[in-house]
Amino acid sequence: MSSQAPVVKRRIGDLVFSNLALGSGITILVILAAVAIFLFAESVPAFLSEQDAAPDGFFAYVAPFLFGTVLASIIALLIATPLAIGIALYISHFAPRRASQILGYSIDLLAAIPSVVYGLWGMLVLAPFLNPSYLWLNENFGWIPFFEGPVSATGRTMMTVGIVLAIMILPIMAALIREIFLQTPRLHEEAALALGATRWEVIKMAVLPFGKAGIISSAMLGLGRALGETMAVALVLSGSGVITFALLTSTNPNTIAANIALQFPESSGTYTSLLIATGLVLFAITMAINMLARWVISRRSEFSGAN
Amino acid sequence: MTTASVTQDFQGTRSLPKWLAPTLLAVAILASFSINSALASSNPEVTQLNLFAVALVAVVTYSVGFYLASRIIEGKRKSADRLVTILVTGAFSLAVVPLISLAWTVVERGAARFDMEFFTFSMRNVVGAGGGAYHAIIGTLQITGLATLISVPIGIMTAIYLVEYGRGALARAVTFFVDVMTGIPSIVAGLFAYAAFVVVFGPGVRMGIGGAIALSVLMIPVVIRATEEMLKIVPNELREASYALGVPKWLTVTKVVLPTALAGIATGVMIAIARIIGETAPLLIIAGFTASTNFNPFDERMMTLPVFVYTSYANQGADAQTYIDRAWTGALVLMLIVMILNIIARLVSKYFSPKG
Amino acid sequence: MSMRIELSSLNVYYGSFLAVEDINMVIEPNSITAFIGPSGCGKSTLIRTLNRMHEVIPGAYVKGKLTMNGEDIYSPSVDPVKVRRQVGMVFQRPNPFPTMTIKENVLSGYRLNNNKMSKSDADALAEKALKGANLWNEVKDRLDRPGSSLSGGQQQRLCIARAIAVEPEVILMDEPTSALDPISTAAIEDLAIELKEKFTVVIVTHNMQQASRISDMTAFFTIADTGLPGKLIEYDRTDNIFSNPKEKQTEDYVSGRFG
Repeated sequence: MSSQAPVVKRRIGDLVFSNLALGSGITILVILAAVAIFLFAESVPAFLSEQDAAPDGFFAYVAPFLFGTVLASIIALLIATPLAIGIALYISHFAPRRASQILGYSIDLLAAIPSVVYGLWGMLVLAPFLNPSYLWLNENFGWIPFFEGPVSATGRTMMTVGIVLAIMILPIMAALIREIFLQTPRLHEEAALALGATRWEVIKMAVLPFGKAGIISSAMLGLGRALGETMAVALVLSGSGVITFALLTSTNPNTIAANIALQFPESSGTYTSLLIATGLVLFAITMAINMLARWVISRRSEFSGAN
Repeated sequence: MTTASVTQDFQGTRSLPKWLAPTLLAVAILASFSINSALASSNPEVTQLNLFAVALVAVVTYSVGFYLASRIIEGKRKSADRLVTILVTGAFSLAVVPLISLAWTVVERGAARFDMEFFTFSMRNVVGAGGGAYHAIIGTLQITGLATLISVPIGIMTAIYLVEYGRGALARAVTFFVDVMTGIPSIVAGLFAYAAFVVVFGPGVRMGIGGAIALSVLMIPVVIRATEEMLKIVPNELREASYALGVPKWLTVTKVVLPTALAGIATGVMIAIARIIGETAPLLIIAGFTASTNFNPFDERMMTLPVFVYTSYANQGADAQTYIDRAWTGALVLMLIVMILNIIARLVSKYFSPKG
Repeated sequence: MSMRIELSSLNVYYGSFLAVEDINMVIEPNSITAFIGPSGCGKSTLIRTLNRMHEVIPGAYVKGKLTMNGEDIYSPSVDPVKVRRQVGMVFQRPNPFPTMTIKENVLSGYRLNNNKMSKSDADALAEKALKGANLWNEVKDRLDRPGSSLSGGQQQRLCIARAIAVEPEVILMDEPTSALDPISTAAIEDLAIELKEKFTVVIVTHNMQQASRISDMTAFFTIADTGLPGKLIEYDRTDNIFSNPKEKQTEDYVSGRFG
């Protein structure tokens, strides 16, 4: 006797509809394959052409932009992560319960603002505002390579870009981490309280350990977002293709995305292919980070206590 | 044990007096002002008081003072709790500041050109003052509308596949790649649309429909995730009740599950629209830039509001301030549209969800 | 309008796990049969095989014969959807469709299947079903209100009206009153006794007093241990099961010594 379930006769309506649903699912796979294939196809001319759009080779062209992309995103992450954790903690454990929804909304509002508006604001409002602080940093801490001069007159620096990016990825990270903190089993928190812990100690003992994997995963998702951000960088930064760690000067590296946005409209021929090739590199990096983030959260879920 | 010592076991440590916090705050602000003023007057380069520095020093002074007072009076553990409270409240307040600044800036600077002309004229033949974003608004409506038309059916059907039908390796692959799709940078989506259109139309192609396709790549995963959530919330008992009445699966899904989840799905779609309506990079790549109104998404460049904002600022003409003004007003209009969409989404969710 | 149900060597599986083993019983038309037994003994699983709802769970299936008026409902040519139109079901928690009015809920068996009906026919049918469920007087003035605006007991009677509106042969009730208060429970029990005039009724209940109050025949199920399949221990007239059971396990259960 087999343990196989017998096949049941299917109705036409069911057949058509379920295949439609299946088709949609397959469409997703097709779209992603298409993205990879078309990008690849269009970037190939950049590598094959004799008159190189990139005289020193592809890697030499993209390396400074890769550097700029990673630098800006790391700064954003370093600023945003502690803030996001603080905000999430504030809303989940410190603010009055009834206010938590409104407070959550107000942070979510930051996510609704289009990136081009962030760019304008960053360049015309934030940069001038921060400039005195940059001067101060340079005067007092200029011996650290990050803060070496000469300080930009406009404030449109890598530091400002990092801060703007941080504000942009803050809402999604705070929302994700808040969800995780709210999911800490009541049981663990009560166990800590029963031991006579203060509120901070409860958080230290029960909430943060439970949420560790989630915080890491949220940070990586935030990183992925920052890596791909275009318009805010394009507006705030007047980048050139240099590699430098100085965050306060007016010669700054540019990011891959901003470079494409600036150069693409006027480009043609193999130069266009070159830009598309850099886009492919960006795609690969963001995909890798995203997959890593999902992997982290899935690996830890067995130990998270949510089961 | 005498009763006196038993009650003593439950007594808390001494607590901070109520007048301490406000007093400390006032002292900190005064101190910060004085220090900063002294530094400013002794430094000939600095012309005015840096408010940011004043606020920063005041907050730090207050926090340190408060923590020390608590440590001395209340003890180590309670003071640690107080310190953390200050830190997280500070974090939250810090996040609210740019929000307020942004809103204020956009409203203040965008008000200048928030007039009828802005909404009824394009930039055709306009150099310098005047003109408007009519062509950009029309373009945004067309491209966003087309993107929605493409994304919603695919998104909802894929969500239905994942929730109601999908089992096994294919479903796992689809859900994994939907996750991948949520992470595609918007500029990459634009490059993809360009690359795909180049194959058919040759290099240098710009088309409104291309922008719609790029935006769809960004919008579909959002619609899928939102719809999935809403479908999963529909209690299984409703499906069972329908099956028990002899209703086949496809009619159960379309006539019981979907209507029950509809309000939530509508909300999700509106939030997705709000998300992509502000996307600039892909439209810069594939829809292009033009000063005239274009009603045909299959023919040549089409202007959109976010690109209008960007190019107004980035490509200023002779009378620079007029371009800057138009950029800010465009930004204001864009933000208003996003806010309105979000509000409508929340209202739909609140009033149209099935009760019970 | 009522069928004779016969189970022969019926085995019920979830994937490779045998949940209920070797059931043999005959249920007469126009009767109420109660399935009783401790939690996990498979009585809910079994009742769901009577309207082919069991196989909605992925990997679940049935071996053996289950006939209604002589026709095996599990034979390969039989459409399960058609079976479910003949065999109605009422669930443990009332589940009226929240997007429909009371009237639409009653008629949903037709509406969802795209069966067209004239307005007068629809009104007449709704009234008949609601009267049959003893709900008409309470809702006749508010047929356009949402189905979820009723109390728990009323919602359950609405679900019964919905089930009988499609004029099935058999009505299955899976612990229909366990989520309700005593007054509503009594109302539904009275209703069940009326329903057996027209339908074959099978009811799963963990409330023995309920079984003894309303059913003609009672089937007692149990499992030997967790992980083992549920079995039918004794099936007899209700009076016998409760006052004079043949099996010791039955006697232990009905006298409250276990379960």
